[in-house]
Amino acid sequence: MSEWWTYSLSDFLMFSQRSYYRLIALYNEAVWPAHLLGLAVGLAVIVCVARPGPQMRRVALLALALAWAWIGWAYHLERYADINTAGPWFALAFGVQALLLGFLAARPHGAAPARMQKQVALGFISLAVLAYPLLALGSSHGWEQSEVFGIAPDPTAIATLGVLLGCRAHAVAWLIPLAWCAVSGATLMELRVGHAWLLPTSAILAVAAGLLFRHSR
Amino acid sequence: MTPDSSRRRLLQTMLATSGGLVLPSLHAAPTTVPLLTRPIPSSGEQIPVIGLGSWITFNVGRDPQARAECASVMRQFFAGGGRMIDSSPMYGSAQDVIGEALQAIKPPRLFSADKVWISGGARGPGQIETSRKLWRVPHFDLLQVHNLLSWDEHLKTLQAMKKQGRLRYVGITTSEGRRHGEIEKIMASQLIDFVQVSYNALDRDVEQRILPLARERRIGVIVNRPFRQGDLTQALAGKPLPGWAAEIGCTTWAQALLKFIVSHPAVTCAIPATSSVAHVRENLLAGTGRMPDEALRKRIAQDVERLA
Repeated sequence: MSEWWTYSLSDFLMFSQRSYYRLIALYNEAVWPAHLLGLAVGLAVIVCVARPGPQMRRVALLALALAWAWIGWAYHLERYADINTAGPWFALAFGVQALLLGFLAARPHGAAPARMQKQVALGFISLAVLAYPLLALGSSHGWEQSEVFGIAPDPTAIATLGVLLGCRAHAVAWLIPLAWCAVSGATLMELRVGHAWLLPTSAILAVAAGLLFRHSR
Repeated sequence: MTPDSSRRRLLQTMLATSGGLVLPSLHAAPTTVPLLTRPIPSSGEQIPVIGLGSWITFNVGRDPQARAECASVMRQFFAGGGRMIDSSPMYGSAQDVIGEALQAIKPPRLFSADKVWISGGARGPGQIETSRKLWRVPHFDLLQVHNLLSWDEHLKTLQAMKKQGRLRYVGITTSEGRRHGEIEKIMASQLIDFVQVSYNALDRDVEQRILPLARERRIGVIVNRPFRQGDLTQALAGKPLPGWAAEIGCTTWAQALLKFIVSHPAVTCAIPATSSVAHVRENLLAGTGRMPDEALRKRIAQDVERLA
């Protein structure tokens, strides 16, 4: 791509805000009532991270692995790829992340998170599971375009950062969720969506928290 | 805010909230005045000066409601005398949306313009065939090398297709002022029928060399981004049209911007993209009636620069 410096983010945006949210609405319509399961799994992940013990953390990671696999196929490959030529690549990345999370779930777990670290982690997960779906109500989009944990990529990525923080997960497991927050955040910014700042801000805060707590016990 | 610019804003709001339905009573009826045409320099074939682009506007995926709206836009476009529709494999689902609508509408005088956008000449024919199937057409009228990607290899493919009678015209494209030096070199050295560039009342770089070269080499010019993807019309919304607008039959800024473009003697066709039936009617009207002369074109450019 010559003259790469002349390209801006908007040059890579190939759909309108309307098309993007119509895609989400049609996806929601097609998979309903899976959202109820997503919400239930999200609440279970909160409980697992809140409780002590490595077994609970394994369950949370496994639940996330299933969510990433589902979203990679049902959302990116089957739907987002219709309007975004990068859709299949996103599906691949989500599949890789699913495998990584599954691998982490299977591995022996190290030290438990410090109390404050756990609370911050729960904050991220709660935001993603309980508050993120309500964003649709505050905008012009409505319930049908609500984004739910385990069904939509954005709240799932934020929740994952929380779980990784709460599990003291290896840095490699952070890469794809952080990359998604950057990519999706940039997309939403170009689409001029009001809450576009939420994804990159969550990513920055999660990384800051991870660095802050990395030595604490 | 003038009545016309407030009407455009009202229409935009309605589109955003009502899924693209437009009340015909809010806009003038389709014109019966024929569209101005220009000859394609290499063949003399007459082509209407207003075409239809499909970047972003037609990339609506499998949404049946949005697809129906795109079909309505195309129906209105053809009913108003339009011929050239431009798309690309880069535009997501746009080609399929166009093809589905063409199957339903069956326009008698379509001018299909698509692009090849893939690295490596060997992969070009496969992509072109995929595009043709998505359009549901027996062949394309015009194929262009999109953003000059592997242009030397693809031009050979396209020229061969033209010799075999499987293609009528060959072209190259760029946008937003990129790679103009390379575009000029290709125009000067290769046998092409069309060049597609960005040109509008603010982005006038092509007036210096590319447009004169196109006239000299008898290459048709297709203009993309006539409104800077909506930024220009938005910047001018609410600004009253100067007095010269009435002289050339313009009631909206969009029409004025299009008349500025298509009145340049080197321009063959502009391809504004829209998902609004009202806007496609408005755009087609810009291809009728009196066109600005050189002196008025200068005034238009000055006013747009001042106001936008």
